[in-house]
Amino acid sequence: MATVIIPTPLRKFTNNTARLQVKPGTVQDTVRELTINFPDLKKHLLDEQGKIRSYVNIFIGNDDIRDLQQEHTAVQEGAVVSIVPAIAGGSGADPRSAAANAGGAAPVNGEDVVFTKEELARYNRHIIIPGFGMEAQQKLKKARVLVVGSGGLGSPVLLYLAAAGIGTIGIVDFDVVDDSNLQRQVLFGVDAVGQPKVEAAKKRLQALNPHIELKLYNTHLNSHNALDILKDYDVIADGTDNFPTRYLVNDASVLLGKPNVYASIFQFEGQVSVFNYRPAGGTLGPNYRDLYPTPPPPGLVPSCAEGGVLGVLPGIIGSLQALEVIKVITGVGETLSGRFYIFDALNFESRTFTIKPREDNPLNGKNPTITALIDYEQFCGMRAVEEKPLKEVTAKELYDWQVTGEPFQLIDVREPHEYAIVNIGGELIPLATVADHAGEIDRDRKVVVHCKVGGRSAKAIRELEEKFGYTNLYNLKGGILAYIDQIQPELTKY
Amino acid sequence: MIIIDSRIRQLLVEDALNTFPDECCGFMFGREEHDGTRQVVDILVVDNAKAGDKTRRFEISPQDYMTAEAHALEHDWTLLGIYHSHPKHPAIPSEHDRKAAQPYFSYVIISVMDAETIELRSWLLNEEQQFEEETITNYQYQ
Repeated sequence: MATVIIPTPLRKFTNNTARLQVKPGTVQDTVRELTINFPDLKKHLLDEQGKIRSYVNIFIGNDDIRDLQQEHTAVQEGAVVSIVPAIAGGSGADPRSAAANAGGAAPVNGEDVVFTKEELARYNRHIIIPGFGMEAQQKLKKARVLVVGSGGLGSPVLLYLAAAGIGTIGIVDFDVVDDSNLQRQVLFGVDAVGQPKVEAAKKRLQALNPHIELKLYNTHLNSHNALDILKDYDVIADGTDNFPTRYLVNDASVLLGKPNVYASIFQFEGQVSVFNYRPAGGTLGPNYRDLYPTPPPPGLVPSCAEGGVLGVLPGIIGSLQALEVIKVITGVGETLSGRFYIFDALNFESRTFTIKPREDNPLNGKNPTITALIDYEQFCGMRAVEEKPLKEVTAKELYDWQVTGEPFQLIDVREPHEYAIVNIGGELIPLATVADHAGEIDRDRKVVVHCKVGGRSAKAIRELEEKFGYTNLYNLKGGILAYIDQIQPELTKY
Repeated sequence: MIIIDSRIRQLLVEDALNTFPDECCGFMFGREEHDGTRQVVDILVVDNAKAGDKTRRFEISPQDYMTAEAHALEHDWTLLGIYHSHPKHPAIPSEHDRKAAQPYFSYVIISVMDAETIELRSWLLNEEQQFEEETITNYQYQ
């Protein structure tokens, strides 16, 4: 026989017996035997579908059956099965977090929201839409949305969400406005160049809508601060441009049970989806890790800074992202949860794929292995621990070498059209052709390799070191942009 | 009625103050008389296992729960219930408390408005899954 330990609160349904003997079998058999012998236990252990209730944990010895074969886990002769009620609660003064704890729920209840006369006039075109109305507008005002990244995607997302009357908008960005941003980041103007993006954004958004509150996070989102920043929001809008932050935002959203409205852009293509969202009465939708369990190898997919992006594309895709944020908050319409939308601007083609939760999702699949935030730079191979570090030279050191006549060769691994815009006298050998031109790269003096910001030159150095055994290669830290900033600001930046 | 003497009360308040502004949580052990009167004789402080914001929520890990049941068995006590704090909120169960509550358990809530303004109240679920207040006394049970 096996032993079942009944928790104290349920003992009144088992004639005050703490330990019951059951036949060996599976957990399912054990639960069936218990509920036949003690019918009052049934509603406490099983839901309407006869499944074990989510707030009932069952342990065999010290192991949660969720980490084993769920209800099919074997209960062997002599096993000790513990029924463990989930114990939780809290002051819960804020009803939004209560709903969010259920995992990605449509989290906003706006019943108690009131509007001023000015606000009613401002939002009139929303309020008169049949099926949207006052109720949806109240939810928007009650809602708290965190927009991660205030660049290409963040610009339209922030402008439209602020205009729509989202009550509280958080903005995370560490960057300052650069003139090269203005080709697509329509939130900013020439007067904002050089200002922190979050502050420039606040100025613009407040001028647009004085009825909303803006919270600024002028910082890099990282594993240490992400949970703390995200926890106060109902919905997260991910408009980041790199894989480590994208996985970080996804994982933090899943761990905190918040819906994550995702978008990304590259060159002529945009993608949109809604992750980790549970519509009212529905099941929890997939997240980014159901789509891409692991990131692509570093360097395979260049960032917009390296690969470029058509300026109007983030305007289109960011507007779709703002639309999905509004649908998640209000519960109006069908969101993109469980679907993945791709827009190809070049051929004007749209495709929508169905995506499903994967059993092997490391965050919330059958056997979750990630229960806290990890080092995402390392996870995405940006800082692989096993690789020995590259030798680097800063722009200032390179300048010193130039001034003091230190012998070195300068290689530029960018593309010819970039070289045509600006160069610092390096020999042009584009990354893809580096191996073919190894014969032109010196071995008997220092060789400094550079690109735009340092990513491609690092790849070139690794390839040359691996294939040809070079030991005299130095990566220019921050690429030609750092050199222009620090040494020759009169040159053209792009 | 639940009897919480001044020593136990002191232990509960200490945990609530030490954990402030986060919510504290733990178990209460003791005896239950035939008339339903409960007396707390000891408590077990456990970690608030809630991921993320602990200032409005608490969660107790299943491992800690099993430890508490074993602790009760070992000392021949009854696991009488759960205590937790409401930093800067009154000692009234929230809707979240009610949804997650277990039958039978006494839920003692320690409201900490500031270091001087502390209130303890206890709550029990009735058959309709609604909380009813349970009187706390500090009478020394013989």
